[in-house]
Amino acid sequence: MLNRQGRPSQAGEASAEVHETFTGNRALQQIEPLIFEIGHHETTGVDIDKPAPFKSRLGKHARQGEIGLPGLSEPETMRHYVRLSQKNYGIDTGLFPLGSCTMKHNARLNEKVARLPGFSDVHPLQPTSTVPGALDVMLELARYLMTLTGMPAVALSPKAGAHGEACGMMAIKAAIAAKGEGATRTVVLVPESAHGTNPATAALIGFSVKAVPARPDGTVAVEDVKALLGPDVAAIMLTNPNTCGIFEPQIVEIAAAMHEAGAYFYCDGANFNAIVGKARPGDLGVDAMHINLHKTFSTPHGGGGPGAGPVVLSERLAPYAPVPFIHVEGGKSRLVEHKADAPEGSDPFGRMTAFHGQMGMYVRALAYMLSHGADGMKQASEDAVLNANYIRAGLADLMSLPFPDHPSMHEALFDDEWLKGTGVTTLDFAKAMIDEGYHPMTVYFPLVVHGAMLIEPTESESKASLDLFIATLRDLAIAAKGNDKSRFTAAPHHAPMRRLDETRAARQPVLKWEKPAPVKEAAE
Amino acid sequence: MRYLPLTETDREDMLARIGVTDVDALFSDVPNGKLLKEPLDLPRAKGELEVERILGKMSSKNTAAGSVPFFVGAGAYKHHVPATVDHLIQRSEFLTSYTPYQPEIAQGTLQYLFEFQTQVAALTGMEVANASMYDGSTGTAEAVLMAHRVTRRRKAVLSGGLHPHYTQVVETLSEMANDEVVALKPDIRATEDILAAIDDSVSCVVVQSPDVFGNLRDLKPIADKAHAHGALLIAVFTEVVSLGAVTPPGAQDADIVVGEGQSIGNALNFGGPYVGLFAAKSKYIRQMPGRLCGETVDADGRRGFVLTLSTREQHIRRDKATSNICTNSGLCVLAFTIHMTLLGQAGLTRLAEVNHANAVKLADALSGVKGAEILTESFFNEFTVKLAKPAAEVAEALAARGILAGVPVSRLLPGAGLDDLLIVANTEVNTDEDRAAFVAALAEVL
Repeated sequence: MLNRQGRPSQAGEASAEVHETFTGNRALQQIEPLIFEIGHHETTGVDIDKPAPFKSRLGKHARQGEIGLPGLSEPETMRHYVRLSQKNYGIDTGLFPLGSCTMKHNARLNEKVARLPGFSDVHPLQPTSTVPGALDVMLELARYLMTLTGMPAVALSPKAGAHGEACGMMAIKAAIAAKGEGATRTVVLVPESAHGTNPATAALIGFSVKAVPARPDGTVAVEDVKALLGPDVAAIMLTNPNTCGIFEPQIVEIAAAMHEAGAYFYCDGANFNAIVGKARPGDLGVDAMHINLHKTFSTPHGGGGPGAGPVVLSERLAPYAPVPFIHVEGGKSRLVEHKADAPEGSDPFGRMTAFHGQMGMYVRALAYMLSHGADGMKQASEDAVLNANYIRAGLADLMSLPFPDHPSMHEALFDDEWLKGTGVTTLDFAKAMIDEGYHPMTVYFPLVVHGAMLIEPTESESKASLDLFIATLRDLAIAAKGNDKSRFTAAPHHAPMRRLDETRAARQPVLKWEKPAPVKEAAE
Repeated sequence: MRYLPLTETDREDMLARIGVTDVDALFSDVPNGKLLKEPLDLPRAKGELEVERILGKMSSKNTAAGSVPFFVGAGAYKHHVPATVDHLIQRSEFLTSYTPYQPEIAQGTLQYLFEFQTQVAALTGMEVANASMYDGSTGTAEAVLMAHRVTRRRKAVLSGGLHPHYTQVVETLSEMANDEVVALKPDIRATEDILAAIDDSVSCVVVQSPDVFGNLRDLKPIADKAHAHGALLIAVFTEVVSLGAVTPPGAQDADIVVGEGQSIGNALNFGGPYVGLFAAKSKYIRQMPGRLCGETVDADGRRGFVLTLSTREQHIRRDKATSNICTNSGLCVLAFTIHMTLLGQAGLTRLAEVNHANAVKLADALSGVKGAEILTESFFNEFTVKLAKPAAEVAEALAARGILAGVPVSRLLPGAGLDDLLIVANTEVNTDEDRAAFVAALAEVL
């Protein structure tokens, strides 16, 4: 059969047969050994001249024996990592609907400006008189973040979202201690639907965690929060829009209840992308909120980081912001790096990290903000929400919605009710999406929804892209409800790897390469 | 707006399909009066050229390390990074991928994490390494918490040679968690009696080598004393290139090793993003923070890699997790591991040798300057100089002459009475001309 361009659109009989290849490779899919299996101890891909003889000052500390690491020449290195890259799926490959992760387009302009020598090649401890432009970037980023959130202060230094959570909760702890309530206010309320970092963060800095039950409609109710409030409660950690993709309708009442009880409202800002330019956390009663620059402001996820997690703070928490920060007075800005150096009225709780945080990410995020402008950021939020609801509308008749009564924000949540009796699980469905050329959505999160599938398309997708995605998921859904089980349970069929044995990895952990024992020659 | 593919017609069609007339109908859960009606007080969208101009202008106000003789270190170091590294980390499939939760389409990331863990274990001389922390300082705080879990004690002893920022990060977290910290006073010449601080109440001793003043320290006696009292030794380094020349902490019986990996593959970036290296004895793996990548097989029996032992982590264990860390330093790990692969042990050893040789040359030259005295006995590529004038003033005066000379100790430890000390680093990027310029300018200023 020929397509409209006159090319065969179906494989002929002969080509349908699977031929084992000599190498095990399948054209562009190459089997790539580990560097330890390719390289040699004497090889190096870096030419450095041997220094002239000199008298060592290492004393007795000089290394004895070799390190045991191979090197690769430059061409071998290039090929190794290019081949590895070809086994990865990225946003640039296709739609990446990972709910709560905001996999939006990463503009290369941001990469370019972050690499300007004035940003990438400056040292955190060179005299501040030689880095006024770096301080400008921090001030400008801070101004944008404060304006977008309607909050009066921001601590820039946290390294990622969870680190930002820790920073915000430390500010709350410091404020409570300053009121002399440190010994009594030890409980943090965390909804069952929260991301795992929330309870982990609260526990990390010495709070105990009490769960707020999830309502059948996917929201947190103010009366459930009130029922848990008491003189022992320090704060609530609430995600908004929440992990079910819903804007918490009672958020203002919850904030008021917290404040009335002498407690604080920490908002997890992981889902800020839905409301930038549409609503400000500062208007909702939030005391602290981290912002994942690698989600909302498009700094690349890079296979798991680096991120950046600035925290905006309310008037009540602002004095406790950690060092370093930039203090502006009388038109002059000054980098405050030590508690003792802090201006009057400021009582920093400490330091989150060495140096000044993720400068490389600040530049990228600022480039995003400057590019979009106030109008573009508002449009991006609207498009993100529109795209999610469009997908929801396109799938709602085939897949089941746990919370149909609320519109979705920037992500649409489905459960696995519709898969009941099919023998296909959420995981199987996700793996079948891989065969169709899509990265799966977030699965089994939030935990309050059975077999959760959380789809976040972001504003970066065109309508055509969404239409094909919806059509694909519809086809899969119909197949899952039909009798096409093997399309799912054995998926993926076409990925560089079949399903991997995670149980084996955990039971017999092999966490590094070991030189294989020499094989004894078999007796003839 | 160039990043937004939807057209006005698309938007209208999509709203119709959803069954609403206005996008604000989708924001109906936002409480009354809280939906913004007016645009925020920020500039409007800008083209690429304009954004580049604005940021270019800000960037050009800074003095780049590569544009001057540059001797600033104290926890972050200027090294040459091969062009291959930055090219490879910008490949779409690395740059725009997520944490490898779907291993079938993330083997690229997973394999380099496995290779990275192996490299870090070999470099540090330890049995296992994780897939990275944010940086050396936060990794150190996590190591202290890990030691508390292992020993079921809650008191850490910090050496006076530990980078003061690292000390502060540990103190901040410990204070919040109601754990005890004994931070010894700044130890310029590595003469502190840390052994005296170790007893049965101590969970861990944290010692940096090369320390913040440049001193190489003997870790073995500290490990022995710690172990005799049921405590752990946490060894820290901020200059990973030193491991090409000095005895690794693993060979000195350290229990946990934490380091800053910025020097390999990563730019200075005004302090971040960097990459925390974290290694330990294998008996402690279940108490380790952060992600771990492990080997396994797929359904066809082929070797592959997955994230593993995740029952330690926050997404499974929630408030019982070993750490709250989620996103780590993926792309910085990639830069590190590519550079390390290019170097190999042959290249790293040579690189370390050149760093040390250059530092020795500079120390020799500076010790000939009147009013400058080298305080550090054995060092790698960094040492402390005692000056006849306050170091901050000297550094400013040298900056005005176009030389970035080092880190005044007062920048890290103000009010400690150490104002006359300057920490000076010297790597492979410094030439004989750089050193001569520094020495001549210092002689003038002093």
